[in-house]
Parts: sequence; structure tokens; C-alpha cells
Amino acid sequence: MTDLTHNEQKSIDYTGAKLGMWLFLFTEILLFGGMFLLYAVYRDVHSADFHEAAKEMSLVFGAVNTVILLTSSLTMALSISAIKNNRRTASMLYQVVTVIFAAAFLVNKFIEWQDHILHGIYPNSPELLAMSHGKILYFGLYYVMTGIHGIHVLIGAAIICGTLILTKQGRITSNDYIKLENTGLFWHLIDIIWIYLFPLFYLIK
Amino acid sequence: MKPNQETHIVGTKTFVLVWVALLFLTGLTIEAAELQMGKWSMLANLLIASTKASLVLWIFMHLKYERRLFKLLLLVPIVTITIIIGLTFLDIWYR
Repeated sequence: MTDLTHNEQKSIDYTGAKLGMWLFLFTEILLFGGMFLLYAVYRDVHSADFHEAAKEMSLVFGAVNTVILLTSSLTMALSISAIKNNRRTASMLYQVVTVIFAAAFLVNKFIEWQDHILHGIYPNSPELLAMSHGKILYFGLYYVMTGIHGIHVLIGAAIICGTLILTKQGRITSNDYIKLENTGLFWHLIDIIWIYLFPLFYLIK
Repeated sequence: MKPNQETHIVGTKTFVLVWVALLFLTGLTIEAAELQMGKWSMLANLLIASTKASLVLWIFMHLKYERRLFKLLLLVPIVTITIIIGLTFLDIWYR
């Protein structure tokens, strides 16, 4: 009986693994799609209220966060190209930068939310409940949608910390990088969701 | 085991060009909103957002270089959500 090492026994279904990730992303599209549906309907029914409520948003924060996520998508994509080219250190560097951008996004979100909460605008607050129905819906959607999106940013950042460790350990290589590539797919979807959140919540004039 | 078909590696220049395009489109969408054209601003913003999303999907997410199956499967959730939103609005507007 020949003694095969663990690596020689393992086989990787690269396309299957990637396909599996895309299928998961489809479920995420439907998850956020459902929330965008709610937004679309309530904005149509309460367009004036949404317009008013959106004035509370800070365009600067929204725009900066958009740029942060777009750039983090760039660095994530570059980290994958780097490992494909067997440039391990470059890949790790790009992954670190991506996590830093993610942290910056979350810090911004924290500051934004804190500002709104200090002004008495949070789910079920007396100030909020005193507002018109459409405004209550706008802020409800704002907290839920940016909240769930924010959780995804946090999870994505944590996973990238994981891939960073795996890359350092030599378990993500130029011959086996699907874990990093799938993480990238997840990260880019998070970026796409924000690409839609930004105009819908921050650019109602 | 090397991935059998995965030979195409996107270069840094392509990624950076797409990133610049995304930043430009972001500026464009802010401008479109500032112009305050009402419904047209919203339509413009949604179109610009979809363009940005397409760039991310096509280049960053490598969809351009994937086999046709991936491109076809992506249509499933997109068409699904479009139908759901479309039919809902038919209900809201013409109930």
C-alpha cells in the first residue's frame, strides 16, 4: 500500500467550487433584492417623505464610503492576480489594504449612525415615531439595509483576514487560489450592493 | 492541481482603468442628482449604478472570462428580481 501524502490524495474541483460560490451570490442578490423591492414600493408611495427624510443623509459620508469600497474592490482583485502570478507578498499586502479599507468603511458607518442616533433618529424612537409614515419607512429601510450590508462588510473583512493567514501559510498558492478568488467574488458583490444603496439613500434630491 | 482552464490573468492596468471608470461614474451620478431632474435623475442614477455594477461583474469578478454557463446562470436571479419588482409595480399602479 503506497503512502500518499494528504496533498496528493486531495483533488480540487476548481470550476465546481467557483460555481458554488456564484450560486451562493445569487441567493445574496435575492436577499438584498427583496429589500430593494420594499424600498422601491415605499418610495413610490411616499416619494415626498423619502425626499424630505433623505436630507438627513450626509452626501460626503456616502460618497467617501463609495470610493472606499470601490478601491477595496480594486485591491481585492489585485491580490488575486498577484497570487496567480506567484507574487505571494504582493497578494498579502493587497489583502491587508482591503481589510483596512473595510475597517474605514465600518468606522464611517459607525460615525454616521451615531450622528443619527444622537439626533433621536433610530428604530422606535419617539422622535421617529412622531414623523410621518413615509419618513419612518425611509429610516427603517436605511437602518436595516445599511445594517445588513454592514454585517456583510464585517464578515467579508473577517474572511479576508482568514485568507491572509492561509496565504502566509502557503495554503493559498498560484496553483490553488480558489479560496481567495471566491472571497473576492463575495467582496465584489458587497461592493455592487453598495453601488445601488448609495444613489437610493444619498442621492434623492 | 492547477485549475485546468484558468489561464487568463487580468493585468494591473486593466483593473486600474476600470477603477478610474468607476470613480468617474460615481462623480457623474452625484452630478446627475445635483441637477435635480426629478424622475430623470433617478433613472440616470439607476442606469449609472447598473453600468458600475456591470463593470465590477465583468472585469473585477472575471465574468467576461468565465464560461458561458456562468453568464447564463447570472440571468436567473436578475430576471427573477426584475419580474418580482415589475409585477409588484403593476399591482401598485393599476390595482
